[in-house]
Amino acid sequence: MAVNIVKEKWTSKVGEVVLGTENTVTMGGESTLPFLHFEGAIPHRPVMALEVWDMEPAEWPEPVKEPFAGVMSDPVAWAKKNVEYGADIIALRLQSANPDFEDTTPEKCAETAKAVAEAVNVPLIILGCGAEEKDAEILPVVGEALSGKNCLIGPATENNYKTLTATCLVHGHSIIASSPLDINLAKQLNILITEMNLPADKIVIDPLVGALGYGIEYCYSIMERSRLGALMGDKMLSMPIFCNVGQEAWKAKEAKAEDMPEWGEQKKRAVLWEVITSSAMAQSGGSLFILRHPESVKQLKVHFDKLMQSNEY
Amino acid sequence: MGLTGLAIFKQLPKTNCKECGHPTCLAFAMALASGKASLDSCPHVSDEAKEALDSASAPPIASLKIGTGDNELTVGGETVLFRHEKRFENMTGIAICVSDNEDVAAKVDDINKLFFDRVGQTHNVNLVAVKNDSADAGKFAEAVKAAHDKSNFPLILITEDPAAAEKALEVCASGKPLLYGATSDNYEAMTELAKKNEVVLGVRGNDLNSLADLVEKIQELGYKQLVIDSGSREVNKVLADQTQMRRQALRKFRPFGYPTLTVVENDDPIQAVADASVYISKYSGIVVYPSADPAEILPLVTLRLNIYTDPQKPIAVESKVHEVGTPDENSPVFITTNFSLSYFCVEGDVEAGRISGYILPVDTDGISVLTGWAAGKFTPEKITDMLKETGMADKVNHNTIIIPGGVAVLSGKLEELSGWKVMVGPRESTGIPSFMKQRWNA
Repeated sequence: MAVNIVKEKWTSKVGEVVLGTENTVTMGGESTLPFLHFEGAIPHRPVMALEVWDMEPAEWPEPVKEPFAGVMSDPVAWAKKNVEYGADIIALRLQSANPDFEDTTPEKCAETAKAVAEAVNVPLIILGCGAEEKDAEILPVVGEALSGKNCLIGPATENNYKTLTATCLVHGHSIIASSPLDINLAKQLNILITEMNLPADKIVIDPLVGALGYGIEYCYSIMERSRLGALMGDKMLSMPIFCNVGQEAWKAKEAKAEDMPEWGEQKKRAVLWEVITSSAMAQSGGSLFILRHPESVKQLKVHFDKLMQSNEY
Repeated sequence: MGLTGLAIFKQLPKTNCKECGHPTCLAFAMALASGKASLDSCPHVSDEAKEALDSASAPPIASLKIGTGDNELTVGGETVLFRHEKRFENMTGIAICVSDNEDVAAKVDDINKLFFDRVGQTHNVNLVAVKNDSADAGKFAEAVKAAHDKSNFPLILITEDPAAAEKALEVCASGKPLLYGATSDNYEAMTELAKKNEVVLGVRGNDLNSLADLVEKIQELGYKQLVIDSGSREVNKVLADQTQMRRQALRKFRPFGYPTLTVVENDDPIQAVADASVYISKYSGIVVYPSADPAEILPLVTLRLNIYTDPQKPIAVESKVHEVGTPDENSPVFITTNFSLSYFCVEGDVEAGRISGYILPVDTDGISVLTGWAAGKFTPEKITDMLKETGMADKVNHNTIIIPGGVAVLSGKLEELSGWKVMVGPRESTGIPSFMKQRWNA
């Protein structure tokens, strides 16, 4: 008996965002739900970035420090290492600028970012220090220093989006529009940013994801609803979704606990926490994954490559 | 389901005999439509009408039970494509596969250990799948017996040889295993065995078309206790098949109106977990997984819990004193609600700040800080009660508590009622580390 394959007729698609200048990386563009090649186009594999910090991250668990032995105090060397490890993009986090850490000046941040940008030939994501006000001070200066490099900059929140959007407009970058786990807030921020004339293809949505076991079900459904909205023509939900997985996954007890034989070997379990948080989010519509461990990048590449193979009937 | 009261009314005898307990046939039809009555209470309904109504009112995906007693597993009964539409009903059953060529007892021992504690609840795998790799019916029966004796989990008998299946059922039919399975070559014999032993039958096709054919043939033999498998084993194809089967079932294509079964066959352990994560996210009723390594199973059990959480019912953590690090009498006391996400945020950020402290998640029926405050469930009274009941005053030698910044308004009343000094913390838990540096240690 020939089964009639059910194909939904979506009216729209996810917008595409391009990062970088020479070796560009493109994400988005899907005209169906994740990896349903039988129904629509899935033009790009999900993209993976590895994080680099501008200071040595004291609280990272051992298994995720080990691959970076000797480079963690040197952002340039660390970034190069990440490229060797197969990252599509480098995500430079200017953590030291946080007033609770070193309160690094905007000029110093710009210097670091420039050095990293010159050392690698992949696109850059510039992540702030986690303090909204300080981010509004450093990111414009960094954005100017990287003018024309088509980076992705953020996170922009409802409190600092104006400054960040202006920087992106002037210097040709894209923006990470960040709102806490709420589809309407996400939409509202996208509207505010596009009203400042930054085009939709310069925005990615950051729903502030939680890790596996720590609220992943909320972002899973929000991402799924965003994707459905995009496919049904809601332009303010059509941006690719940014998933900052590394910082959440490596905070999980399951990734950090050393002495838990009943949970299996720590390194394997920890890498799996990052991989499975990402694989589940890819199923609900994530396009860009910020990761910490090179093994996660390697494994997810294999997984996503397999999912990028056709399943047409 | 799906039928209106009037559509049902047309099929009823329209005698208004009242024997069903309703004043008229129309009233009974309305009660049926809203699920408040069962067709069984009408003694006069014709067989034809009964069949028409039964199949129209049957859920889109059958719900089935495998195993017996405490470890009985319910699969299927699903009604939606996306969890936000309502919820996913019955968690994917996770089966760990053991070959009859390996040391069955040793692996079953490992499987029996796959219990994980998560904020006061235990989560575990559900089934042991014994696979007839040896192609020897006697050896298979021995392996099945060993698994049956050693484990309380229900079994899946993986064999396509009816002779091996028969022998295995002799030793374990009482445990109501899943017999998997029927193929186009053996379905008559397998259906016979499943009927005779009253066990659920797994049906494997080579693709969606052959699966639909096979299910129809088995239904014609009068058996409907089925679990279905399209035969795909590559993650990209399984995803497509799972999506099709769920979509078609919801459109009442009857051959796919059963729970599905997927098999993870990937030699790389990390890839195997990733494949399984897709199957759990996308509709699989049962996943047969090759390894019993807890490092691989813990993420899967956790993902399943998350995906199958009812979006309309927040998960709560146990309302008791939670310790982070190694707190002592000088350690800070954080107040939050028992909404799991609120609690996990506070816990994670206290840990991130390398702070040892106590967290008191007040029972707000699992709703968040601001919602709890607005709903009158996160109140000075409740916080005071919890401080008293947990004896916090004896655990620390200071009298300061830290409350979420969003509910600073509670401070005055709370100080008055509890006698504790209230410190207003940051609005977002991510501010806890710097708050502690600046305020607590100062």
